Amino acid sequence: MKTPLLEFTSKGIYCSIAKVYLDPWKPVDKAIISHGHADHSRWGHKAYITHHRNVPIILHRLGEINVSGKEWGETFFINNVKFSLHPAGHIIGSSQIRVEHKGEVWVFTGDYKVQDDGISTPYEPIKCNTFITECTFGLPAFKWVAQKEVFENINRWWSENKSEGKTSILFGYSLGKAQRLLKYLETDIGKIYTHGAIENMTQVLRPLIDFPKTTLITRDTKKEELLGNIVLAPPSAHGSTWIRKMVPYVTASASGWMTFRGARRRRAIDKGFVLSDHCDWQGLLNSIEATGAEKIICTHGYTEIFSRYLQEQGYDARTEETQYEGELNELNPTSKEEVEA
Amino acid sequence: MKNFAQLIKTLDSTNKTTTKVQALANYFSVATDKDKVWTIAILSHRRPPRPVNTTLLRKWASELANIPLWLFEESYHIVGDLAETIALVVPATKSSTEKTLTQFLEEMIALKKKTDEQKKAYLFENWKILDYYERFVFTKLITGGFRIGVSQKLMTRALAKSTAIDQDILAYKLMGNWNPDKITFQQLILEENESDYLSKPYPFYLAYPIENEIANLGDINLWSAEHKWDGIRSQTIIRNNELFIWSRGEELVTDKYPEFQALVDTIPNGTVIDAEILPFPNGQIGTFNDLQSRIGRKTISKNLLQKVPVILKAYDLLEWKGEDIRNRPFSYRRDLLEKVVKSAALNVLQLSKTMYCNSWEEVAKEREQSREVHSEGLMLKRKDSPYLVGRKKGDWWKWKVDPLTIDGVLTYAMRGHGRRSNLFTDYTFALWKENEKGEKELVTFAKAYSGLTDAEFRKIDNWIKKNTLERFGPVRSVTPHHVFEIAFEGIALSSRHKSGVATRFPRILRWRKDKSIHEANSISDLKQMII
Repeated sequence: MKTPLLEFTSKGIYCSIAKVYLDPWKPVDKAIISHGHADHSRWGHKAYITHHRNVPIILHRLGEINVSGKEWGETFFINNVKFSLHPAGHIIGSSQIRVEHKGEVWVFTGDYKVQDDGISTPYEPIKCNTFITECTFGLPAFKWVAQKEVFENINRWWSENKSEGKTSILFGYSLGKAQRLLKYLETDIGKIYTHGAIENMTQVLRPLIDFPKTTLITRDTKKEELLGNIVLAPPSAHGSTWIRKMVPYVTASASGWMTFRGARRRRAIDKGFVLSDHCDWQGLLNSIEATGAEKIICTHGYTEIFSRYLQEQGYDARTEETQYEGELNELNPTSKEEVEA
Repeated sequence: MKNFAQLIKTLDSTNKTTTKVQALANYFSVATDKDKVWTIAILSHRRPPRPVNTTLLRKWASELANIPLWLFEESYHIVGDLAETIALVVPATKSSTEKTLTQFLEEMIALKKKTDEQKKAYLFENWKILDYYERFVFTKLITGGFRIGVSQKLMTRALAKSTAIDQDILAYKLMGNWNPDKITFQQLILEENESDYLSKPYPFYLAYPIENEIANLGDINLWSAEHKWDGIRSQTIIRNNELFIWSRGEELVTDKYPEFQALVDTIPNGTVIDAEILPFPNGQIGTFNDLQSRIGRKTISKNLLQKVPVILKAYDLLEWKGEDIRNRPFSYRRDLLEKVVKSAALNVLQLSKTMYCNSWEEVAKEREQSREVHSEGLMLKRKDSPYLVGRKKGDWWKWKVDPLTIDGVLTYAMRGHGRRSNLFTDYTFALWKENEKGEKELVTFAKAYSGLTDAEFRKIDNWIKKNTLERFGPVRSVTPHHVFEIAFEGIALSSRHKSGVATRFPRILRWRKDKSIHEANSISDLKQMII
């Protein structure tokens, strides 16, 4: 049996012909990186290849590394294997990685969403034979509504809190979710304050995207000046002394997990907005269909359930163990946010 | 329905009692009388009987969602709530309805008698016209059990706020049997109606666990001590030549305990006794495990009556000669009770004996003996205390014996429900046992899902997801690795349990990170604890 174009090894997804890894979780010589979240772009590789919009992000996060940036659709060959990056729509600079050799095409999605958020380059379906997909929200219980509606709700919530003289604290990942929230907050309502982790990342991204003005919260920030305004904070700040000093406040989280009543109640968050940077159930099914792939490999999320459903739909689907955080993420204190913070 | 759905949403989205009371009070001030009665009924667990069984609900919801049944089931295990799962998977709509809560409930009552086809059509029609939250509430009304952190006490508080009627009086009015479909708000809450009171129990007075040093209770002579029995707390009512037995859960259980019919002939009308229903096999007080065989049974066979007879251990008298004597001092009620029990002279009615102690040290010694008589510890009651409503501090305290503990190994885990949905929090623990070949193996002995902090649960959840051996539907077997100290109240031999032992109220006391699985206890260690 011939070696598959991409293999799942203990270090990551490996192309043995090109001797290159995709989003490896152990240090390797050469890595192609889908996007800047910590579980996909790790420290310690000798050479990084990624989309040029992701370059400032991983330089900020990983420090001095050897990285080269590519354009969307730009092809590059490594030992006769043809590679190219295509928008994944997950966060700014997130790519799907297309791998072609002798007419066979594989696509690795990293993380992706089909909804256009207005700041990440919108997802494009890529024709392939084998599609390696995430399925973080691969359950029919997950259905996203248009982000316009979610942001109307978020801004209304902020206004209501303001009229009650309270500070609004909104939780979202410092890379990706925080900027998406920031982009659509109504600056007519009040000022936008940020936690350090979010402020730093946003500064890195300002040359690429036009964002509203933000004010970093420092030791000198008086809690009175926060009243009626909104604070963007990473989820790990919830329950910290940093937050407790801001009373009176109201908290909200923007995440796909907020679909579940239990998830919000468990974290003792006052309000949950369902807003995700991953595909919902229908989004996953539609994008898989659009690739025309006959083989599907599910990497993280509800992999067992999702691949069983795909098999019933006639796909040759299976799961592979990776160290990407699907089921664990967002609800979990040991997830990427705390690694980052 | 809109108002009601909004109320549930508000109650569900806050942990603050004051916000909940305010939301309920606001609702009670705008809702129609009929909707109010239904709301009180639902929040006090008096919903109409389930019109559609959950098997059909699952089947039809997956059909409308156009997904296979197994996928619906998997989703349910992860979401952790049936109504929520249904509301999430069926196609989303944004429409809403003008139908009232009462209309929905009347339809649901009528629905019970309809054919499956009609039921299905009714569900599809309503799932399609309700928005997400209304759909959830509608389905919840069918499946039952709104666990949204609203106790009856909290609801009564809100009702008192909006009607200006005293809370304790309201609590009494809401006790017992009343049918929300027949009764009006006027009759239920506002009117005085003597004839309704025939079977009505008084609200139970409940004690808190003792907080401080026992000696801080002061002069021993002001207090009365007795055993805290481990059976079913009950209220026995004899009025108008009829017997009514209520459990603490406000369930009328008269028919389950035919032994007690004899009370009607020997005890005068207008008597209400607070007592514990206890198993009495072989002429001795048994364990709660013995009583289990009587609890869920609808029909009680002669054989069972002989095998597990029951008695009433009486400890208080609430009504005498038709007069409510709850405000008289405990010592007065107790003296009367002793006379009532003595003159009844029935084997099934026994007195819970008062302990005569001259010092707190003697009381403490008595407590140490509790397990031997199958009691949970002691009850301490001030001799001058009235019989209060609900859980109150000060006059009555429970002083339980320290729990038994054993170190078990975590072997299986299941996702929790409600606020623990999608998190592995329900655990199965095992102890060592030698098999026929002389090899040690782990044998399941208890399930527990409380006692850890949220942070600990998250850590273990994370570990479970990475150390799963096998999946059986919602259950995962995990690598035996973690040891937990499990506490439990009682213990008895049981043929229904794999380990041969049943434990009462098992819960996690602490995570023994310092112990390896080989240092966990064995089944024989557990059996040695049986008295």
